[in-house]
Amino acid sequence: MVAGNIRVLVAKPGLDGHDRGAKVVARALRDAGMEVIYTGLRQTPEMIAEAALQEDVDIIGLSILSGAHMALVPRILELVKANGQDDLKLFLGGIIPDEDIAPLKEMGVTGVYGPGASTEDIIADVRASVQKTA
Amino acid sequence: MSLSQAVLNQDRLALSRLLTRIENDSAEGRAALDELFPHTGNAHLIGITGAPGTGKSTLVNQLALYYRKAEKRVAIVAVDPSSPFTGGAVLGDRVRMRDLSGDKNVFIRSMASRGSLGGLAQTTAAVVQVFDAAGFDVILIETVGAGQAEVDIAKLAHTTLVVEAPGLGDDIQAIKAGILEIADVLVVNKADRPGVENTERALKGMLELAHPAKRVFQHHGQQMVVEASETPEAESPIWIPVVKRTVAKDGTGIDELGEAIEKHLAFLRTGGEWAARERAQLQSTFDALIRETLFKRFLDDLSAEGYQELISKMVERSLSPWSAVQSLLNGSEE
Repeated sequence: MVAGNIRVLVAKPGLDGHDRGAKVVARALRDAGMEVIYTGLRQTPEMIAEAALQEDVDIIGLSILSGAHMALVPRILELVKANGQDDLKLFLGGIIPDEDIAPLKEMGVTGVYGPGASTEDIIADVRASVQKTA
Repeated sequence: MSLSQAVLNQDRLALSRLLTRIENDSAEGRAALDELFPHTGNAHLIGITGAPGTGKSTLVNQLALYYRKAEKRVAIVAVDPSSPFTGGAVLGDRVRMRDLSGDKNVFIRSMASRGSLGGLAQTTAAVVQVFDAAGFDVILIETVGAGQAEVDIAKLAHTTLVVEAPGLGDDIQAIKAGILEIADVLVVNKADRPGVENTERALKGMLELAHPAKRVFQHHGQQMVVEASETPEAESPIWIPVVKRTVAKDGTGIDELGEAIEKHLAFLRTGGEWAARERAQLQSTFDALIRETLFKRFLDDLSAEGYQELISKMVERSLSPWSAVQSLLNGSEE
């Protein structure tokens, strides 16, 4: 169980410029009482890992619509581990083909959310995955 | 190795984790603060405040770049408001600070205000102390978007910047008490927008009322006249706030602003003002801690039911809040 407020980094890696979904999720997590650090568009994996380190977040939420998730997610996880944040969680939203979901979860992604996912599910999953780290 | 020792050794993950513990007011955080305290007192604390949307975050980004050119290590503490209803927050200041990523000598930490009303969070001063101990030369503290009375930053920072933008108010706003009074440097940001002359004139007019343009005094038997100048000298006995124009978006005016801040620092260092501000800052930290600790102690002495009972009595008007406090001070619940 995380002491204090749950801190979430919401970031959009890569080059697609639609951050509506990321903002909706940021807002929903805020209304669930979490502290959401929003970093904006066109972040590199290095920028995201750096922000996660400085902000000591419990979980990262990525929004990826470009199709580059199978490259971006492992890179970000690798950088985060290299920084020593072994227990940091990561969830993903955007356009993710079904066949990618299993390998992503294998890498340690706690949840994958496509169009139409309910923010309530995301909130519940974030709470559950963060509390597991005891 | 203890967390505080790791922080002194420039371990960035330890620094980040310690900041979380301090925000959460944990015993481990307090112990580390104790150990780090002797290492504090070296950094130049610069506060940046002003209304929402005046460009504080973008200006902080530019100032950090300015100090990086001088090889200074820069920490940024950016405070955004927490929801009074859910406690949640969206901390969005990093969006304007992307130029700084990838530089290991810049550390940005976002903080939620967590119910505090003065423009900072309760633990901001402690977080700043950790950065100070960790060897950052300059600490930029960005407040919550401030209205008229969020002036806590002036008690914490050595140099306070109040950021204005054209079109936000007339000269009546400029003579009101509150936030404009705490400025060491007034920044008119978004100076490429129409109305910048009016904003600048109103601010300068306000300053002239406080510090008349010509000051006449006797010096070695001769009458001296001091003209108000754009850039007061570090050696002058009092600091007259300056007004600087910037366009933070493209960096216009940032060098001049940086020089004005450096002049203010030199002024603080040469006069006795640095020590005075340190004293005032520690006093305000001390006072806040006393308040908080005594409040907690009283609540600890009182059972939850006893506390609610006292409030019920107040609702019935059979006990006034004042006599309830008196009875607490006398050590009884009645």
